[in-house]
Amino acid sequence: MLIPHPLLGPRDAVEFTYLGDASLLARPDGLAEGADAAFHDYVYLRDNPAGVHRELWYHEQGDRSWLVVTRNTVTHEILGAELARDVALAMRGAK
Amino acid sequence: MRFSALRVIKEALTGHKGWQPLWRNPDPQPAYDFVIVGGGGHGLATAYYLSTTFRKARIAVLEKGWLGQGNIGRNTTIIRSNYLLPGNQPFYEFSMKLWEGLEQAFNFNAMVSQRGIVNLFHSDGQRDAYRRRGNAVLLSGADAELLDRDQLRAMIPFLNFDNTRFPIKGGLSQRRAGTARHDGVAWGYARGADLAGVDLIQNCEVTGFRIAQGRVLGVETSRGYIGAGKVGVAVAGMTSQVMAKAGLRLPIESHVLQAFVSEGLKPVIPGVITFGAGHFYISQSDKGGLVFGGDIDGYNSYAQRGNLAVIEDVAEGGMALMPMIGRARLLRIWGGIMDMSMDGSPIIDRTPVEGLYLNAGWCYGGFKATPASGYAFAHLLATDTPHDTARAFRLDRFAKGHVIDEKGAGAQPNLH
Repeated sequence: MLIPHPLLGPRDAVEFTYLGDASLLARPDGLAEGADAAFHDYVYLRDNPAGVHRELWYHEQGDRSWLVVTRNTVTHEILGAELARDVALAMRGAK
Repeated sequence: MRFSALRVIKEALTGHKGWQPLWRNPDPQPAYDFVIVGGGGHGLATAYYLSTTFRKARIAVLEKGWLGQGNIGRNTTIIRSNYLLPGNQPFYEFSMKLWEGLEQAFNFNAMVSQRGIVNLFHSDGQRDAYRRRGNAVLLSGADAELLDRDQLRAMIPFLNFDNTRFPIKGGLSQRRAGTARHDGVAWGYARGADLAGVDLIQNCEVTGFRIAQGRVLGVETSRGYIGAGKVGVAVAGMTSQVMAKAGLRLPIESHVLQAFVSEGLKPVIPGVITFGAGHFYISQSDKGGLVFGGDIDGYNSYAQRGNLAVIEDVAEGGMALMPMIGRARLLRIWGGIMDMSMDGSPIIDRTPVEGLYLNAGWCYGGFKATPASGYAFAHLLATDTPHDTARAFRLDRFAKGHVIDEKGAGAQPNLH
């Protein structure tokens, strides 16, 4: 699999390590009401879609950036990649 | 039709005209007491024990394709009971005991062969960890034996004992472990269940659940609605997809695991050898092929095929462990979809929907568990109480903090 790194161009997926669903960027508020249940869902439950999946990849053997890669889990086709930082900042801005 | 030596001789003398299909191919009835979703190893074993041991009737197994074409037909056929944690080990030892009597019980040749397993270690730390695991295995009533380097040299002399990075210092052995014929297991359970009156319904995909007041009433399928008293789902690999139709979100990710088989060779590998440090394990089939594999690819996948990087990694592991493998040619590579749970251990439990039961999260260890998984799931379906050896496999253990994390890797499925 080739990951289209937004800064470095296409890079072999073996340079990356995989963390999981990009929803991990949306960490719940630990002080909010019902934080226990929210953290259970956050840590353990996954949508696990068969199809388009947004996921976190870390460019460990490269520039050490975190990416949000959009990939099809049925075909392994990679549909796009963006810096996780940009995604996280956009999420914060949207709040 | 019972299989016996006499029968084989009789058929040989009469032109093999008496053999019949191993199971019927019935149309679905409007309703059943028990509907098992998934005609793989675990689903068929569940139906078999539900109908024979627990004496239940009106049972159907619904399979979207053909029986046994999922992971029961795609694994590397290893059976063992050498787990560490008390939540796991008694269950796998129960499974091993069922393996030992399986062929007599269902009158079918599953080619169960207790040829032993050796888990290699390379350092003092690993030796200590394996000694601890071996002691846990002994305490559960199963067998384990710590072998030193000289004992291993006598047993499997072809290993590269002096590998610079991972010199072999010894291994943890379980002599009762071994291999079985994966398809034979599925066929044996299917035939046994069919003989006991279970309807095995193929090409019948479950497309939804009919649920009212928090209770399951039946399943919508590609062959129409089928009513059900209780529904048991055993569809590892696709669990998240199927259970989402009942509104459940699960602690499971689907990952691809690749497996490999070489051309047929003369007998060379006596049992199963695992080289955990090098992401490699190997055995030899009765047909002569070297059957081997390594780690999962490590990213979510439903593709039933993996990527070249892991093939290279497995090949490198094989070459590091036994350089002679470089002379063998690879015959086939394939992939299967694993239900990777968040702690690396399975789930056999009720669900928040009354009458809907779940058997899932087998990671890459489901084959060896097939008999006990079927037995424990049938026990749960028949009695509404968990089997003694499967009490820890609760769906809510993540919320309660009672995870069963053999590797201590945390909620990171691609590390289990």
